[in-house]
Amino acid sequence: MAKTAAKPSKKKGMKGTSRTSLALVSMMIPGIIYLIINNYIPMAGLVVAFKQFDYAKGIWGSGWAGFGNFTYLFKTRDAFNIVRNTLLYNIVFIILGNIVAITVAIMLNFLKGQTNKKVYQTLILIPYLISMVVVSYIVYGFLSMDSGFVNKMIMAFGGTAISWYTQAKYWPVILTIVHLWSGFGYSSIVYYATVIGIDSSLYEAASIDGANVWKQIWHITLPGLRITIITLVLMAMGRMFYSDFGLFYQVPMRSGLLSSATDTIDVFVYKALTQLNDVGRSSAAGLLQSVLGFIMVLSANLIVSKVDSDSALF
Amino acid sequence: MTAKHRIGQGILNFIFVLLCVAAVAPFLLLLSSSLTEEATLLREGYNFFPSKFSLESYAYLMGSASKITKGYGITVFVTLVGTVCGMLMTFLFAYPLSRRELPHRTFFSFFVFFTMLFNGGLVPTYMMWTQTFHIRNTLWALIIPGLLMNGFNIIMMRSFFNSSIPNELIEAARIDGAGEYRVLFQVVLPLSKPMIATIGLMIGLRYWNDWTNSLYYITDENLYSIQAILNTIISNVQFLSSGQAIGSAYSAANLPSVGIRMAIAVIGIIPILCIYPFFQKYFVKGIVVGGVKG
Repeated sequence: MAKTAAKPSKKKGMKGTSRTSLALVSMMIPGIIYLIINNYIPMAGLVVAFKQFDYAKGIWGSGWAGFGNFTYLFKTRDAFNIVRNTLLYNIVFIILGNIVAITVAIMLNFLKGQTNKKVYQTLILIPYLISMVVVSYIVYGFLSMDSGFVNKMIMAFGGTAISWYTQAKYWPVILTIVHLWSGFGYSSIVYYATVIGIDSSLYEAASIDGANVWKQIWHITLPGLRITIITLVLMAMGRMFYSDFGLFYQVPMRSGLLSSATDTIDVFVYKALTQLNDVGRSSAAGLLQSVLGFIMVLSANLIVSKVDSDSALF
Repeated sequence: MTAKHRIGQGILNFIFVLLCVAAVAPFLLLLSSSLTEEATLLREGYNFFPSKFSLESYAYLMGSASKITKGYGITVFVTLVGTVCGMLMTFLFAYPLSRRELPHRTFFSFFVFFTMLFNGGLVPTYMMWTQTFHIRNTLWALIIPGLLMNGFNIIMMRSFFNSSIPNELIEAARIDGAGEYRVLFQVVLPLSKPMIATIGLMIGLRYWNDWTNSLYYITDENLYSIQAILNTIISNVQFLSSGQAIGSAYSAANLPSVGIRMAIAVIGIIPILCIYPFFQKYFVKGIVVGGVKG
């Protein structure tokens, strides 16, 4: 009797669970399909880098090229150039970007008053909301040869106008300024979230002990930010081989004369694919980026998980 | 002490006013150029204040340019459809991941994580969308590739469910006989509004600002969004000034005047600037939650 009573209830329980599982899995179906198509199929398609690609035959039908595309890529000067640009810009962006963001976050923390704080936060975030296409129009407004604001200023003070869009030497500085301008609000707010989490009694105790503002920053704020700084810098280093395509493609207005200073891996992959019709070099550069990027993210994450396991991605 | 404090606060406020001016003034250059009379603009160049005020650029955009109106329509349509679908898919995917009852939960989490670590890059992605799915010159090309859903949003929303939706609440609803979908839409959804708003804004902003999908997949002018129109103008200006245009069908007459170009850029950002102040706190929340991991 007891046996028969137990049996149906167990069965019912099982049925309930499997119905739950089924319902939960069914919710994920659209997302699973999307990730397979949008993310996983292109990963398999990376094999194109080892193919002698022929549009008529497609990726799978084209013949093998071995490492031919890679040797071809490294024979040209482009390979050195784009890797150097990508890495150097990233290093400069990481260093300057974090210094600016931490400084702004700390200043925001010392500021009294809720309204002005909120207004400042709102305004410094605006550049982050704008597409790089529009940013390139703004930059053009400043740097256009004949009517740009900067040249008008230079001429008003008796100088001669500079042809910004034809001289590569200015662009590392220009792109760094544009990058800092568009991103500093965003990264300041990320740091600010950590800064306000620091126990305020620490500051009170320190000021009773006679520590001035600089000492408070040095001994309380910066140590409190240590883990966030390490995490953010390492995560950014994980993306060392990637660049903001919009910044490097749109802002220099595609001026071919600037490409030695403005082409990054992403820009090269796009140009080689669509303009030079050079699938071989494009896919070889793309594969290198994906693989090196993967290695960088994994190593960065490994270090982050040693420093602070909560901040690690996995 | 107080005097010293007040000076310190004064200096801080002053620095922040400078930072805010630096952040916002460049937009003023754009706006002022779009409001300056064309002849003055050509003679005096771009300036922060229009020396000769004129609405001719906007009048032109209102009057004759059906291309702009159409582009606006496409941007709005794509943003709305993409954001709603993206939010729904993210919500439906993240919720089961947060539930212990989900079979193969570790596998599904890894399935999402891996997309954040590794990707196929442009070449295979471009070939798949154009050769397998024949997405070129369709509205799908503006909605589907890349933008609908991403790992970061899913993980962000999953963490929200884990930390902010009490398990007891879900259990109680299930004991009352509610099915999984009813639990999701009647219990979890109302509690998740701030998170959904945050993710919706992030997705919506990316759709509104997207120009890469048009660059890769759209050549038909009837499908140009506002960003694509702005993008094409740059290409044409570059084409003309590079001297390749001599003897070709292109001429300066086909290009919108300088003021009109700036006016198109202005109307492209105005909706964002209008909506943004009202949703600022959700944006900031999204940045704070997503920032460290994103």
